[in-house]
Amino acid sequence: MSATALTDTATLTGRALRHWRRQPTPVLVTLLFPILLVLMFGYLLGGAMVVPGGGDYREFLLPGMFAMTMLFGVETTYTAVATDAARGVTDRLRSLPVARGAVIAGRATADGLHAVVALAVMLACGLAVGWRPHAGVGPALAAVGLLLLLRLAMIVVGIHLALLLRAPESVVALQILVWPVGFASSAFVAPQTMPGWLGAVAAYNPLSATVAACRELFGNPGWGGDGFTARHAVALAVAWPLAVIAVAGPLAVRRWQRLDR
Amino acid sequence: MPAPIITTRDLRKRYADTHALAGLDLTVPAGVVCAVLGPNGAGKSTLVRVLATLTRPDAGDARVAGHDVRAEPRQVRARIGLLGQHTAVDEVLGGRENLLLFGRLHHLSPTRARARADELLARFDLTDVADRPAGTYSGGTRRRLDLAAALVADPPVLFLDEPTTGLDPRARTGVHDAVRALADAGTTVLLTTQYLEEADRLADTVVVVDHGRVVAEGTPERLRGTLGADRVEVLLDHAGDLAAATDAIGAATGATPRVDPDALRVGVPAADRVGTLGAVLAALTAAGVTAVDVTLRRPTLDEVFLHLTADRAAVAR
Ligand SMILES: Nc1ncnc2c1ncn2[C@@H]1O[C@H](COP(=O)(O)OP(=O)(O)OP(=O)(O)O)[C@@H](O)[C@H]1O
Ligand SMILES: [Mg+2]
Repeated sequence: MSATALTDTATLTGRALRHWRRQPTPVLVTLLFPILLVLMFGYLLGGAMVVPGGGDYREFLLPGMFAMTMLFGVETTYTAVATDAARGVTDRLRSLPVARGAVIAGRATADGLHAVVALAVMLACGLAVGWRPHAGVGPALAAVGLLLLLRLAMIVVGIHLALLLRAPESVVALQILVWPVGFASSAFVAPQTMPGWLGAVAAYNPLSATVAACRELFGNPGWGGDGFTARHAVALAVAWPLAVIAVAGPLAVRRWQRLDR
Repeated sequence: MPAPIITTRDLRKRYADTHALAGLDLTVPAGVVCAVLGPNGAGKSTLVRVLATLTRPDAGDARVAGHDVRAEPRQVRARIGLLGQHTAVDEVLGGRENLLLFGRLHHLSPTRARARADELLARFDLTDVADRPAGTYSGGTRRRLDLAAALVADPPVLFLDEPTTGLDPRARTGVHDAVRALADAGTTVLLTTQYLEEADRLADTVVVVDHGRVVAEGTPERLRGTLGADRVEVLLDHAGDLAAATDAIGAATGATPRVDPDALRVGVPAADRVGTLGAVLAALTAAGVTAVDVTLRRPTLDEVFLHLTADRAAVAR
């Protein structure tokens, strides 16, 4: 990367951060909403939840909520990129001598920072409700890494969808779609408590891979499955997001290049 | 004639069945203000977008400031300023933040970008609103910020797509003054407009575009010449005078008057200018016809424009 590319990326990252400073409410909502979910599921519904292998439900739930927070990030990325495309700002940026890739890199950097903050908030929230990492610092950091990798995949997906649709109001569809993805995973309940076919979907859901890997690396109670996905949770939590990036990344780059059609 | 700074050759761009550009040839010498006129859908914005590297042409060449828009887009972008048809500023950021952002992306140093932002805010009367989110500006104010943003890097070539549409007369005059000042400082300006009087006032050369092609070009003066000489127009008081006035004017000038019965207007070419005007007045007095108004005038660019693009209007009807 050239010096210009770095400067341009930094300038565009700074722009996104300024947006959040100027308009803090939407960012605060993205940071607080997962906490609300923890309270709802951990306390309102948690009493009725039984963790298959035994263990505290909130210990089981929190890794799922960390992953859900990363999944929700796709909405933040989508909204920012689609708004720029719809308002003509993307065209203005394309008319400037900005280094190749800097617009996307700036977005990714800003959203990466957003993910780090969101995750920090959620870890603090977890600690406050009694969740603890039990497997040591190294594995805990590895879990954080896997969560951020999932968010990176969501950044790429968000950029691609936004350049494809260029309609910020369509984020509503994403806001709805993340729920079936979240519920048909092991984030909230164990797949073996679901009807057979749905349990299979949940076990193989890419989100479940990250959730299961985090439970393993944080030393939290898992869902006790002994299938392929349970035995290779960490490997899958690396492979799934990388696969998504490998597919959506080139598509997003192509979308960007085709804005001149 | 200075060397051309914008040239296109056989530029083509098709959207489904629409030929937005259908073999457009254009040459703009450095330092001139070139107005692109054309009806809605003529291809003006497509032309601007191609020249500003935003849209890739299907065929043909376009060079701006010595660089091919397709082969060297970044070199072109470093030398142009663009005001798109639709205002495109960051609506969350304030005016100053916008100008700083675009200045930095033009690779001005932080100090230079700040100085330039202050300069442009003052010049476009934006200092008072500089720190408010641009989304809270009125449409005209936002447009002024948009224009200021296009000027951040002091580019040698400026593309302005309908810079004054939606502005009030005062703001419009402000934009005109800005364009003139830039042109005087040597900037080449290519602007599109719906206002012929704007082209008349600002442009050194006018290019009339229709169906994605150049249908006429030249100085505003020369384009007017394509419609023929000056005219004397008479506005009557009573429809009953039409016949008498037409006969009298025809006899006095030896030309066939053009009559618009609904508007109570009679007009003839004024080959002799003031001489013709005098002859018409004398003839009207002799015939005992009262005129409400008599004018000697050049054809407006509006008339030239309507004339040149008439076949398209006929098709639409
Ligand atoms: N992205 C696009 N997709 C499909 N058609 C397009 C696109 N851009 C332009 N066109 C079509 O190409 C033609 C020329 O459009 P263009 O915007 O260049 O016209 P214009 O002269 O700027 O018109 P106006 O005065 O209304 O701004 C129009 O028929 C338009 O519908
Ligand atoms: Mg247009």
